[in-house]
Amino acid sequence: MSLFRLSPPFLSSTSSVTLHMIQLLIAIVPALIAIIFFFGPGILINITLAILSALATEAIMLRLRNRPIKPFITDGSAIVTAVLFATAVPPLTPWWMTVIGILFAIIFAKHLFGGLGYNPFNPAMVAYIILLLSFPLEMTIWLPMKELTDNPMDIISAIQIIFNGELTTGANIDTFSGATPLDVMKTQISLSQLPDHIQNQALFGLFGGIGWEWINIWFAIGGIFMIYRRIISWHIPAAMITALLTISTATFLIVPQATADPLFHLLSGGTMIGAFFIATDPVTASTTTRGRLIFGAGVGLLTYIIRVWGGYPDGIAFAVLLMNMLVPLIDYYTQPKIYGMVK
Amino acid sequence: MTQYLNSFPGGLKLPGRKRRSTATPIRKMSLSHTLVLPLQQHIGEVATPCVKVDNKVLKGQKIASSNGHISANLHAPSSGTIKEISEHPMLHQSNSSFPSITIETDGQDKWIDRRITYDFTHLSPNDLCHLISDAGIVGLGGAGFPSFIKINSGIHHYVETLIINGAECEPYITCDDVIMRERAQSIIDGIEIMQRALNVNNCVIAIEDNKPEAILSMRIALNLNQRIRDTKIVVIPNLYPTGSEKQLIQVVTGKEIPGSGLPIHIGIVLHNITTAYAIGRAIKHSEPLISRIVTVTGTDLDNSGNFETLLGTPIHELLRFCGTKHQVGAPLIQGGPMMGYNLADNNLPITKTANCILVGVENTAKDTNPLPCIRCGDCATVCPIKLLPQQLYWYSRSRNMDKMQEYSLFNCIECGCCSYVCPSKIPLVQYFRLAKTETTNKKRESQKANIARIRHDNRLERQEYERVARKEKQRKHKITLATRKANSRSEN
Repeated sequence: MSLFRLSPPFLSSTSSVTLHMIQLLIAIVPALIAIIFFFGPGILINITLAILSALATEAIMLRLRNRPIKPFITDGSAIVTAVLFATAVPPLTPWWMTVIGILFAIIFAKHLFGGLGYNPFNPAMVAYIILLLSFPLEMTIWLPMKELTDNPMDIISAIQIIFNGELTTGANIDTFSGATPLDVMKTQISLSQLPDHIQNQALFGLFGGIGWEWINIWFAIGGIFMIYRRIISWHIPAAMITALLTISTATFLIVPQATADPLFHLLSGGTMIGAFFIATDPVTASTTTRGRLIFGAGVGLLTYIIRVWGGYPDGIAFAVLLMNMLVPLIDYYTQPKIYGMVK
Repeated sequence: MTQYLNSFPGGLKLPGRKRRSTATPIRKMSLSHTLVLPLQQHIGEVATPCVKVDNKVLKGQKIASSNGHISANLHAPSSGTIKEISEHPMLHQSNSSFPSITIETDGQDKWIDRRITYDFTHLSPNDLCHLISDAGIVGLGGAGFPSFIKINSGIHHYVETLIINGAECEPYITCDDVIMRERAQSIIDGIEIMQRALNVNNCVIAIEDNKPEAILSMRIALNLNQRIRDTKIVVIPNLYPTGSEKQLIQVVTGKEIPGSGLPIHIGIVLHNITTAYAIGRAIKHSEPLISRIVTVTGTDLDNSGNFETLLGTPIHELLRFCGTKHQVGAPLIQGGPMMGYNLADNNLPITKTANCILVGVENTAKDTNPLPCIRCGDCATVCPIKLLPQQLYWYSRSRNMDKMQEYSLFNCIECGCCSYVCPSKIPLVQYFRLAKTETTNKKRESQKANIARIRHDNRLERQEYERVARKEKQRKHKITLATRKANSRSEN
């Protein structure tokens, strides 16, 4: 094998899949720090656990499929899946749930479809949905924000909870966990409470849930960094945020008693990680310019519909997977007009 | 006066690396002992030799004449003896052999009698066109299309704009840049001749903004010429592949050539700056196309520069002059790093279209196993034609040629932008080229099969007709015989 490529172009850019993934991981760090700040260090254990099991599963699958291990294990895609998944699940998810989720993501959602580049569905979101459907209780309880609790979670007790299910004092997770602001908003609106009143509770901050709004802002900043570095294009996040804002503003103006204000939706739950980190997954998203706008808008609309009228407090994961299904269709009908083509 | 410029989609901002070869002025390459001249250094029919082995030739003497409508003459680059007329490996993408004339030079470099026309203003467009055709001038930007055909078009079509391409967007290449810097006067002469031949006043000289010296020198030369009007120099942004015909027309005029048409269909004729220079020299100084400026550059050379090289000079002499560290296995490129091709050996002669010999580039593409496509769409973002390389790649993997044509495979200009940006390092252009060749072959084969089928059908039909005719004849014959018999019987 020759060292050089002997066909044009003889030049090559420095971009690589690994570099894409590394920059994505850099972009997500500020938001992770925010999560640690508000919800304690539990997420670090989740992430470590997820990465280790993802790499192990990836290696085993590559071996079983007779693929070279080194180039694929170093491409970073398994690590990105692991980090996104671990960030999406509650910070104190039991260890076996994280491992099951990762196994599902890497084996079923990724390698059974052909591995990197061939999976029609976002692996992290497939894993999230599987856990959400199988263990609805564990997947919807979150720690209260640090400021709302008397004894914030330290790393030791986080480890005890994740691996043992309870603290040495005998207190289990139910004693100090709570619902997310999106969840509270949903249940209390269904009890005919006014959104204004609900938002006056301690769980809520200036715009979204207390703490959650900052996490969302940091995800957005990380996302803008990725757009600047051309890791992702602006189309999907912009379309998704615009769609979410449009439908929530319209609903809010027509029936203010039935829904929270647009900013709440923008800065709650997984909106920003969804817009910048999940929906922009290149493999499973649309690739044409117009297609990306349609894809992003679809994710935004579906997220809102599921949040407000569906059965789950947040709808990012479902919205992304539903839009993933439409990608071949969207791509086919949004081919750009090529040079010299007469319409 | 600033002209509003248009743009084309996609494209790449590539590091120019041009200073490497512009530090020294154009140098004259020394005369080689033997010159090898392939008979087809142009697009079209192979030229027919009009000299025989052992004939003595003078510099500028015609040694092969154009054959058919699309073809070009060939002239002896120096005086000497014809040594042989045979197949010889040639600078060509296919790296294969072509019929060539070999001249052994006598070192005197003696010119043939020349008819020098300092004032060409009295010549008719037809005369000019004939002179350009006689001089064997072809598109020197790389295509090698006989120039007189594109100049003849003025008689049959209405030409609105003449565009002179001085973009030179490929990294490393500087032969157009230096020729504009040093020989702008002849370029302007050539442009004036083209304008007269085409009967067009409106002319745009497009130069990329990374060549300020060339722009300045062209401006001065243009101002010195009082006769040409409505000619302006347009500075275009440095963006690869702006020097490609379709993209340059788009940048300068905002127009797209519809379908598989030619620039002339939208009233545009486009010539390269070096072609303009060659035309200027051919008419004013009666110099046929026997030499060209070749950029010899690259990271594996001790000295880079531009050399006025006689056609037929072997590349290794240029490389020896520049001091090469070229290692076996590394690419030796004719043309630019984006669209050039790798040469099988360095013993090949310089041809009319050889603009650059590139030995070693920064950020070389490595021949590694590519990762799968992650559908990031970067290739579609940079594609100047707005194709979807990721879809084309997908279908080329499954060898679905029909789908590839549906996704406009044949509109790909092979600029290489997609391969350049691909994070998975997939050699996309290579796949597309292969698919194009395969599709063309298949089409040719099916055409052949079609013709054979029709021939077969016709044969069957003919046989049937003949059979019927024979039967009819036999029947008639029988009747005649019968009647004759009857008649003879009745007579008896």
